[in-house]
Amino acid sequence: MLSELEKNEIGEVLAHALPGQDMSIDVLAIVQKHRGWISDEAVIDISACLGTTPSNVDSVASFYNLIYRKPVGDHVILLCDSISCWVMGYPTIRGHIEKRLGITFGRTTADNRFTLLPVACLGACDLGPAMMIGETLFTKLDEEKIDHILKEHGWQP
Amino acid sequence: MITIYIDNQPHQIREGQNLLAACLSLGFDLPYFCWHPAMHSVGACRQCAVKQFKDENDQRGKIVMACMTPATEGVRISIDDPEARAFRSTVIEWLMVNHPHDCPVCDEGGECHLQDMTVMTGHNYRRFRFKKRTHVNQNLGPFVNHEMNRCIQCYRCVRFYRDYAGGLDFNVFGAHDSVYFGRQTSGILEGEFSGNLVEVCPTGVFTDKTFKKHYTRKWDLATAPSVCIHCSVGCNIIIGARYGRIRRVLNRFNSQINGYFICDRGRYGYEHILSEKRLHGSRIRENGGHKELRTNEEILRHLTPLIDGKRFIGVGSPRATLESNFALQTLVGTENFFHGVPDRDHALVERVISITKMDPTLTPSLDQVKNCDAILILGEDISETAPMLALAVRRAVMDEPRRHLAPKYQLPLWQDQALQEVTQNKPGPLFLATIGKTRLDNLATHRLSAHPEELSHFGFALAHAIDPAAPDAGETSAEMESCVKSIKEALLAARNPLLISGTGLGHAALIEAAANIARALRHQGKNAYLDFVLPHCNSMGLGLLGGRPLSHALEMVSQVDGIIILENEISRSFSSSRTNQFLGAAKTIINLDIMQTPTSDIATLSIPVASYAESEGTLVNQEGRAQRFYRVVPENPNLRESWSWLVEMMALIKNQPERLGKTPHEITTKLAQVNPIFAPLLSLVSWGSETQKIPRESHRASGRTAMTADISVHEPKPADDPGSPLAFSMEGCHGDVPGNLLPRYWSPGWNSVQSLAKFQDEVGGPLRQENPGRRLFESTGNPIKNYFAVSEKIKKNNHGRWQVVPLYHVFGSDELSAAGAAISERIPDPYIAISAKDAAQLNLLENSRIRLIADREQFERPVKIISSLPAGLVGVPMGLPGMPYVEPGTIVDLIAIPDHRDNEK
Repeated sequence: MLSELEKNEIGEVLAHALPGQDMSIDVLAIVQKHRGWISDEAVIDISACLGTTPSNVDSVASFYNLIYRKPVGDHVILLCDSISCWVMGYPTIRGHIEKRLGITFGRTTADNRFTLLPVACLGACDLGPAMMIGETLFTKLDEEKIDHILKEHGWQP
Repeated sequence: MITIYIDNQPHQIREGQNLLAACLSLGFDLPYFCWHPAMHSVGACRQCAVKQFKDENDQRGKIVMACMTPATEGVRISIDDPEARAFRSTVIEWLMVNHPHDCPVCDEGGECHLQDMTVMTGHNYRRFRFKKRTHVNQNLGPFVNHEMNRCIQCYRCVRFYRDYAGGLDFNVFGAHDSVYFGRQTSGILEGEFSGNLVEVCPTGVFTDKTFKKHYTRKWDLATAPSVCIHCSVGCNIIIGARYGRIRRVLNRFNSQINGYFICDRGRYGYEHILSEKRLHGSRIRENGGHKELRTNEEILRHLTPLIDGKRFIGVGSPRATLESNFALQTLVGTENFFHGVPDRDHALVERVISITKMDPTLTPSLDQVKNCDAILILGEDISETAPMLALAVRRAVMDEPRRHLAPKYQLPLWQDQALQEVTQNKPGPLFLATIGKTRLDNLATHRLSAHPEELSHFGFALAHAIDPAAPDAGETSAEMESCVKSIKEALLAARNPLLISGTGLGHAALIEAAANIARALRHQGKNAYLDFVLPHCNSMGLGLLGGRPLSHALEMVSQVDGIIILENEISRSFSSSRTNQFLGAAKTIINLDIMQTPTSDIATLSIPVASYAESEGTLVNQEGRAQRFYRVVPENPNLRESWSWLVEMMALIKNQPERLGKTPHEITTKLAQVNPIFAPLLSLVSWGSETQKIPRESHRASGRTAMTADISVHEPKPADDPGSPLAFSMEGCHGDVPGNLLPRYWSPGWNSVQSLAKFQDEVGGPLRQENPGRRLFESTGNPIKNYFAVSEKIKKNNHGRWQVVPLYHVFGSDELSAAGAAISERIPDPYIAISAKDAAQLNLLENSRIRLIADREQFERPVKIISSLPAGLVGVPMGLPGMPYVEPGTIVDLIAIPDHRDNEK
């Protein structure tokens, strides 16, 4: 069931558009904003309010990297694995984060605090290696900086 | 015609194709995946790369995708260019990165387009040494097996299931190297064309689940060209068998009918042959019990006293061949030959025949349906009664905007994705006037849901609006008036408007109204078409043979010595009480059938006969097209064709001096001689050379010498098949045979069904030397154009009782296919349907029980509420196992049955 708040926000978006699969991204984003991720049930609810089939919504949801179809932690770390960041030391950074958090790509820490995901590019190729947590971009990463950022987000060694 | 240069050689081709289609038509081997002759080009797989040169001096050239490049006058390409070859080989290596190379355990192995293309490009060594991505497979229901790891992401499955066939419950998920084709959650694929995924998929992601139960490699299957018997459209199929057991059905290309696809009823209906309900032994009633008859001699010994010098009436069948019906008709005499169909169907089929005879040019082939540009469906729920016609209608409606927008945007018709963008998938004009919702509704420009009487009233009104000379139906409501006006305008704006109706609703006035509209459109100078759906695969053939309505047999049965029932279950044509009355009055019942039925259970003598896969014969489809099908396994002496028993009986009845013939070929020839309407059949059965027959087995069929080695090391003589163009052998004419007689599609290097292109002069066009059946109605050049008068009975009755309307189900309404294991999983439970409004009035919920009381029938079933059904109608699913026959239009009473669970509380 979509919450009243979600329904209102969706209503606002749909008021300016034709219903159907085309509006899936916007509606998915709204629901994810409130819940952190998109459950199977949410896919069905969203398809009902768009007047389309669950498979049409899921087709869109599963295509996009930043629509999460599994539960994620409080903080999603998006680490860029594109070529510039790779050249600038992404493998070391990745190894360091994985060691610190004890998780690999696609996993969430046991305390549900962090999820680690690769991302294709953050538009910070001149400042690599780069990563993003929430709305914040972190650039020119090194091991020390990582420790600092993680601690700021509640990581305890 | 234009000239193109391939590796510096000039070739003549038809203009307007893409380079891939042109190359394949010219016989070149150019690998491809995402392109399909019926679904055209999207340029997704990058496999058909060729090098294109500016002119003869250009030495460098550039790599282009053949499927996305128009073949224009003077274009110069190279298939053999080393860079193009290297490109193609790299592409396939990359497509194969995640492929599991599990060919030995894959059902596609040996007929796999991916195998063929891999060999063709020369990619023969796997360098990829990393972990492969894997997927979780889904259970897609009884028809299609899912193995996603084999996928190479060509997107053909979604393009067929969604774009071509309009299915909604299948999609593509994920992105980049983890793309998943399937349903949103595991579950039954609902579309009635899902089985085509098996042939559309270039590899083994989608395979035939029923075939898996008795799997055999393609090269070990004996195959024969056949015709589907599960509806009146008559799609062409290839039946495969091994060790005398039927194993699977594949589509067989017929340029005029089904093209590249068939429906799931046709693909999986074959399983009735393997069902437990299949009759195998003869038995006779004796001293209150049954006695099994083991040999033909024994049957004949018991048959003789039953029929010698006796007078019998015969009940023919719309699901038996022309030959068998003709043999029965000859045996009992035309005046004693009755059509084993409800009287109403009998009358409607006769009406359709007379309309078709008057102007055969009105009747379209399925291929012509695809090119119609405005369609009105009057009454018939074609998605349920003739699925392939519904698919043709879908294509016509979806392609209509493409046909007129393509020139505007200078796009060729094979540019699939671009045309989807241009048309925004907006359908062309389609009008539905049916009793309730149908699966074509989402395409309809306008739909009208009304009583059968109102629908025919609307039809007559429309005909009158188009041509004032057509009789007026009288007053119409304001809503209908505006409907008539808009549909009239759309039909008159089209070049090839099409009217579709049928016998489904059991309403003669609908058929006449449809004929009036089509004729009115012709009067207005339109190249209008008129298509009728009939109840069974040979309804038209039986109708043309002539015979009397079944109710007349009811009157005669007590005056004769018995009935011979040919492949027919009487309770599908009569109410239970009439069935009992009819069969009870018969002194002797001789029943010839494929399946065990209530009739075969009470028959005096029950003789099992050959199914369509085990016989040769002729069927006439709804357009009047006679088509020949051939047996795939040798004659089984214990399962002879019906006609062969009937011919035996002729010899036993002493006043029948002449034998009709000993082979299907001879029977058909005789029929063509004695009944002029069937004279064209001679051209169907005459096949050039008797010296070189077409082998049913492939040239590399294995096990021939080992099969019976446990009994004798001497190889048995191949079974005879006199008169037939096919042989039970590996040897014979493998090459240039008439397209309609091809038992399989295979060509060196092309083991999959994609090899079909090798048998066409132009891909997608007719097969070489194709005889796509023979239309029995010849145009007289002087068609009868007068109108049917408005029937007086079409006024809607308002007596406060209930009127029966028949409802149909792809899976369930057809008797034989419903007995198949896979299809039986898809059959809905019996029900009685009423409208939401009536349900509310009667205070009935879904699944509460209700009793239907007709004059001669009453039964109790759960309620199904269909919101789109007009009030006052009660929907009775036709032919569903467990449903008695109720005549359409009957006025009945309904009584709600109190729920016992409530009482217990």
